[in-house]
Amino acid sequence: MPALAISPTNFVLLASVLFAIGLFGALTRKNAIAVLMCIELMLNAVNINLIAFSRFVTPQLFTGQIFAIFVITVAAAEVGVGLAIIINIYRHRLSVNLDDFDWLKW
Amino acid sequence: MTSIYQVGAFWLISLAIIFAAIMVVASRQLVHMVLWLAVCFIAVASMYFLLDADYLALVQIMVYAGAVSIMMIFGVMLTQRPDLKECLLFNNQLKLATLVVIVVLALTGGLTYGARWFVSGATVPADTIAHIGTLLLSKYVIPFEVAAVLLLVALIGAIVLAKEVKPGARSRD
Repeated sequence: MPALAISPTNFVLLASVLFAIGLFGALTRKNAIAVLMCIELMLNAVNINLIAFSRFVTPQLFTGQIFAIFVITVAAAEVGVGLAIIINIYRHRLSVNLDDFDWLKW
Repeated sequence: MTSIYQVGAFWLISLAIIFAAIMVVASRQLVHMVLWLAVCFIAVASMYFLLDADYLALVQIMVYAGAVSIMMIFGVMLTQRPDLKECLLFNNQLKLATLVVIVVLALTGGLTYGARWFVSGATVPADTIAHIGTLLLSKYVIPFEVAAVLLLVALIGAIVLAKEVKPGARSRD
């Protein structure tokens, strides 16, 4: 059944839909932690792409999988530092609403 | 990838991923958001199993579904206030954001449909962990060490940023 076969196109479309959902959330949510979660969704979409290309285009080289490992590393570091910043701002402002964070506006 | 089980698994997991992602964006309660995020991470991990990346799937479950979700729960619990539920879910840039998302989706979708992939017929070797470990310590050793330093810097930075403030320095605002 050639019409049903799964090609890289399916994975790239799935990843772009996931990326679009995460982008919509990151642009529109008001809560800072919700925005961090939506950024995680976008990074997961990128990882799906990398691993799909690794599986279909260069299965013997593992380049995409190693890139995905580095993306996961950076995402973990980003979540840690981002949550620390949010908790620190919350101590000063008693708010996690992104619309309240306007110290740098002039 | 033509076996009927693989095709069915792909569509099932795709539906789970997209449904969980929509629930993450649309949930009103932050704790529900984190739970749906964990569901989404586990569905993505099963997609990695489908793509013969078993080591990445385990890393996904441990790092994302385990550590990142727990840290998000900590962040929610440490910052949530009772009156946060009543305020609006989305900010006032909903139309602009929808436009941007539609443009991104149309662009990637259009480019993907026109693309031709050089699909290799080879299969992924069975022991992925041995290959990834050898590559990480030979060809990719410098990015590996840089990632280690990055994790150390992020660890120290998070501790310094979230450190307990002294009672006298509290009233800065």
